Amino acid sequence: MKNKNKIKIKVNGRKLQLNQSSTLDSVVKKLNIPLNKVAIELNRKIINKKKIKNIKIVNNDNVEIVYFIGGG
Amino acid sequence: MKNKDELVIAKRKFKSRLIVGTGKYRNMLECAKAVKISGAEIVTVAVRRVNIIDKKRPMLMDYINPKKITYLPNTAGCFNSDEALRTLRLAREIGGWKLVKLEVLGDKKNLFPEMIETLKSTEILSKEGFEVMVYCNDDPLMSKRLENVGACAIMPLAAPIGSGLGIQNKTNIKIISQQTKLPVIIDAGIGEASDASIAMELGCDGVLINTAIAKAKNPFQMAEAMKFAVIAGRKSYLSGRIKKNIYGSSSSPKKGII
Repeated sequence: MKNKNKIKIKVNGRKLQLNQSSTLDSVVKKLNIPLNKVAIELNRKIINKKKIKNIKIVNNDNVEIVYFIGGG
Repeated sequence: MKNKDELVIAKRKFKSRLIVGTGKYRNMLECAKAVKISGAEIVTVAVRRVNIIDKKRPMLMDYINPKKITYLPNTAGCFNSDEALRTLRLAREIGGWKLVKLEVLGDKKNLFPEMIETLKSTEILSKEGFEVMVYCNDDPLMSKRLENVGACAIMPLAAPIGSGLGIQNKTNIKIISQQTKLPVIIDAGIGEASDASIAMELGCDGVLINTAIAKAKNPFQMAEAMKFAVIAGRKSYLSGRIKKNIYGSSSSPKKGII
């Protein structure tokens, strides 16, 4: 298979293809996310941002990255 | 009169009694300028997904410095307790925000709060160490129950969110503010400056305004108007108004009339 070493995940509802050995840290870097301004959920579990280098991403993982926007 | 008339919420002290929302502005620059003019020290913010496609995404924190202005994350758009809890737990994770605005909606058309879910969420969040300011109905009994489960501020609506109708039930708002030691902040429904003054004259501790400023033809001028309206209303409340009388009472002395 062509993409044998790739995994598919979802970030904020969008599909993303990554290398098999990716970490949550590499996802954040790939998307150019300023870590100090966001919160991250992995499969509905809130993640400690300091530990994202050690968190491995596997196929079908669901990541949510949120920040503050204008609101009432 | 006390020299220091501060708004105290969960032991935090604020000089301004006006809280402003940051939604509905044309852009973030306009929002930041209106906030500055309003003199508000607290702004409400929403928690949403980061746009992962646009890497140049503007961020609110780049326009309004959370070290200078207190961010009050809200749960706008949440229709049950689980959604609201998830949102505020995430908000806390962004950077340690404990002071939050809980808003659990029950109806998409009038945006009235779903008070059973609101009460449940207030209790859970308070136990988790959050300081919860609660958007609620203008219902004195429910306000009391929110206080009993740990709310740090009661935020009754004046009218539906964004309606601009002004205070619909002055009697209830007065009862709510008189029965509690917690700060009472009118949240939602303010339309013009006089509405904000009336809220303060009823004895409320503060007013939260978004649409009335953001959607005014001149948001900056309205931000300033609201700032002064809140100050005027507060001073009027503290000054002790005269008694109402159905008959006239001349302001000029009768003695010496020619």
